[in-house]
Amino acid sequence: MTVSGLLSVGLLAQIVQAILVLALAPALTGLVRLLKARLQGRRGASLVQPYRDLACLLRKDVVIAENASWLFQAIPYIVFTMIWFAAVLVPTFTTVLLLGPTADLIALVAFLGSVRFFMALAGMDTGTSFGGLGASREVMIGSLAEPAVLMVIFTVALVAHSTSLIDVAEYLTGTDVGIRVSLLMALLAMVMVAIAENARIPVDNPTTHLELTMVHEAMILEYSGRHLALIEAAAMVKLLLYISLILCMFVPFGIGTRADGFAGIGLGLVVYLGKLMGGAVILAVFESSIAKMRVFRVGEFLGGALLLGVLAMIYLYISWAV
Amino acid sequence: MLYMILGTVLILFALGGAGLVMGQWSDRETVEGWIYAGSAAACGLNAALMVGFLVSGASGMEAAVPVGLPWLSARFRLDGLAAIFLLIVGTGGVLSALYGFAHRRHTQDPAWVAFFFPLFLGGMTLVPLADDAFSFLLSWELMSLASWFMVLASHQHHETRRAAIVYLVMAAIGTVAMMLAFGTLAGAAGGYSFEAMRGADISPWAGAMVVLFVLVGAGSKAGVVPLHAWLPLAHPAAPTHVSALMSGVMTKVALYAIIRVLFDLLPAVGWGWGLAMLAVGGLTAVLGVLYAVLQRDIKTVLAYSTVENIGVILTAIGLAVAFKASGYAALAGLSLVAGLFHAINHSLYKSLLFLGAGAVVSATGYRDLERLGGVIHRMPVTAATFLIGSAAIAALPPLNGFASEWLLFQALLNGPRLPEWALKLAVPVVGALLALATALASACFVRVFGITFLGRPRSPEAMMAKEAERGILVVLVVLAGACVILGVAPMMVLSIVSPVVETLMGAPPLADGGRGLLWMEPLAERDSSYSGLILLVAVMGMASLMFLVRRQASGRLSRSHAWDCGCPDPNPLTQYTASSFSQPIRRVFATTLFRAREDVEMPEPGDVSPARFTVSLYDPVWQWFYRPVTRVIGWVADKSDAAQLMSIREYLAIMFAALILLLTVMMVIR
Repeated sequence: MTVSGLLSVGLLAQIVQAILVLALAPALTGLVRLLKARLQGRRGASLVQPYRDLACLLRKDVVIAENASWLFQAIPYIVFTMIWFAAVLVPTFTTVLLLGPTADLIALVAFLGSVRFFMALAGMDTGTSFGGLGASREVMIGSLAEPAVLMVIFTVALVAHSTSLIDVAEYLTGTDVGIRVSLLMALLAMVMVAIAENARIPVDNPTTHLELTMVHEAMILEYSGRHLALIEAAAMVKLLLYISLILCMFVPFGIGTRADGFAGIGLGLVVYLGKLMGGAVILAVFESSIAKMRVFRVGEFLGGALLLGVLAMIYLYISWAV
Repeated sequence: MLYMILGTVLILFALGGAGLVMGQWSDRETVEGWIYAGSAAACGLNAALMVGFLVSGASGMEAAVPVGLPWLSARFRLDGLAAIFLLIVGTGGVLSALYGFAHRRHTQDPAWVAFFFPLFLGGMTLVPLADDAFSFLLSWELMSLASWFMVLASHQHHETRRAAIVYLVMAAIGTVAMMLAFGTLAGAAGGYSFEAMRGADISPWAGAMVVLFVLVGAGSKAGVVPLHAWLPLAHPAAPTHVSALMSGVMTKVALYAIIRVLFDLLPAVGWGWGLAMLAVGGLTAVLGVLYAVLQRDIKTVLAYSTVENIGVILTAIGLAVAFKASGYAALAGLSLVAGLFHAINHSLYKSLLFLGAGAVVSATGYRDLERLGGVIHRMPVTAATFLIGSAAIAALPPLNGFASEWLLFQALLNGPRLPEWALKLAVPVVGALLALATALASACFVRVFGITFLGRPRSPEAMMAKEAERGILVVLVVLAGACVILGVAPMMVLSIVSPVVETLMGAPPLADGGRGLLWMEPLAERDSSYSGLILLVAVMGMASLMFLVRRQASGRLSRSHAWDCGCPDPNPLTQYTASSFSQPIRRVFATTLFRAREDVEMPEPGDVSPARFTVSLYDPVWQWFYRPVTRVIGWVADKSDAAQLMSIREYLAIMFAALILLLTVMMVIR
């Protein structure tokens, strides 16, 4: 492909991906819920249910607390846009993306950190005890999860010689890396962080409203109507984003690259959908087979992830030297 | 140009002196107005001159002023490195002087603050210009003492007096260490001009002693753990605009001393010092922010967060030392560029946060976070600018704090190239420490902003707070704007910083990625890039699509009581407090490190006395560093008491013994 051809394909792919992540995210959440229901012996709601929920929320009026500030009303839009943008940056079915060089993995992590920053502020804005509770637990989780994910990224970046998402995906598909212990450790750490970041069992429970355990739900308790719809949608896109990020960093095989042409990119789309479903199955099975842990155990859980990340990096240094 | 700057320093000194005289018979407000306006003008002129100097890329200029010791007139020299720090001093100076100007009607500070303020600025301007050890140390002391007097502004409080004593002692130790450093650099020949030091041929051992002395001397002024203990006591005690200068600017002047000695005056610094600085920097960053997240006083939180940022910059300097010692001049340059950029950024957002916090404190009368809350409704502009400052210091893209940390991480990722094993293994650990510090900083500023500005007011004063004066708001908006602009267009700063670093390192620190000024693309061989502006434009573009949501959704909005799981309590005391907010972090991080203990005192059933909850923290630095040192000093003082009560024969015998000893030593050395 020529440079201008590459640019136009990049733009097209970028727009397709922007729409794709939005369209797929509720279905992915619906799939995880359906699978979990089946595993628990229930019939479960259909895949379309999350779309219906969002549409229903959008139709409802907004009720906000008397003392909520302008920030409270702005945050759903900020959070949704940021998550969406982050999801647009991660190569899903192709690496030919126009916005690819804009932000690398470090910027992506910082970007997700901003989402946490604003979500926690939203929790504190109404001045309720639950909002503060959620925010305070969320920043504790974040203060461990963020360094852990940075360590994972450093490991992958050192293997791929770049922190750019596109380069990482292309390097791992194009080069025979083999099975590296450090990458396995990094993968494990990344999965642990992804579980915590997406408020999944065993760190948090996306369906709970029990004060002892809730984190994410406690922060968004005061939201309603379109605000809640945006935040729920953002959470769905975030799940998709994390699965895509893990796929892109550790199993990018089948992704359409510059060399592949249109057929390769089309194939990449099919492969991506398959991998996404695989991710949903693993998540559902994992969530159904494990119990929720106490909030203060989360520190140990994520501390373990951080340690694994550091070890992965140190192991990489040693394996290079030997 | 150099003479113009020296002229502005003279003007600053004259302002201080004039204020002292005029203050006797003129009304205070007018005098202070003139002092602050004059200081702002002088600093503004300096900053503008420095921008001109850096952009034009002019080479160094020198001047000798016939003051000071007779055989050595005071020498001054302006070069790129000095210009960067003078730019920081000038920018911070002009904005805090404007704050002082706008705030002068409501100030309750004693009159001497306005007199020492220009002296402080003058001292900080002279330190980077000094070109010999004497003028350097004199300016350094002027800076310390002027700020010391301003720390004493609220001297009626016991804590302030304690802070002032600790500050005085630490400043004295720092200056002594700097003196020893310059003395060792000058060597036996005694060339006290920097020119002579550069050429001096000093042994590796003497070089190591110099590094140690500078790290102690300048490190204590910058607030490097474990020499930081005075900083969170003294910085918050000063009036707001002085706190902003001390935290935002004076710490940078101290870092200037480290950079000047390590990369300019000393011919070579061993990699071991790089390792030590990496370790100390990483620890400083994490400990500083952990202390910050546990504090209740808003200005103390900001002071501890300064400790964290100093740690980040020290890590960058340490990395530069390590790369330089291993022969990677370009990577050393990249690390130093990241450090300098972070220093500039920190001076901006820390000034913004201190001045914003000062506006809240003077509107409510409380520095205690537990008394604030809901201020966003009454002080919208202060809140918005404080939010930008918080986001910048929490390293959120696309603001400036993120841009410099991104550069530093890119430099850290080159760690595997370092030849020494200790460095190889230290770099990932330091990277983890920095990442941890960044994440904790984010938690810390969610807490500060959330507790201060959001939620419901925790005191009547917070409920009745009034927005700050217009002049203060202008200062805050300018600073917040600078944080955004440096974040989206970092190359604007980097393109003037990197030639300066190039002259220090001898290799261009930033590769030209060929993508233009919108992009940061520091390394030629890696395709890692970041563009704050494009990121901002793309996010804004996507956010504008949100109008679709607004059009499709129900547009009605009504207000009601908070839901709070169905049982809202109107009492604002049911909110999360600053202490409860940091409880999870305290449990996870501080239980072993600071031995954080929570004691709950529950009355017996039927007893109506209140339940009490106390948190006790213990500071390992005081326990393991300061207390033993004080004990040793006390012991030595006790023992040397005996020397006061000797007879004249014994004194003469001691002098004779000393003479013999010295002669023996001389004989052995010869």
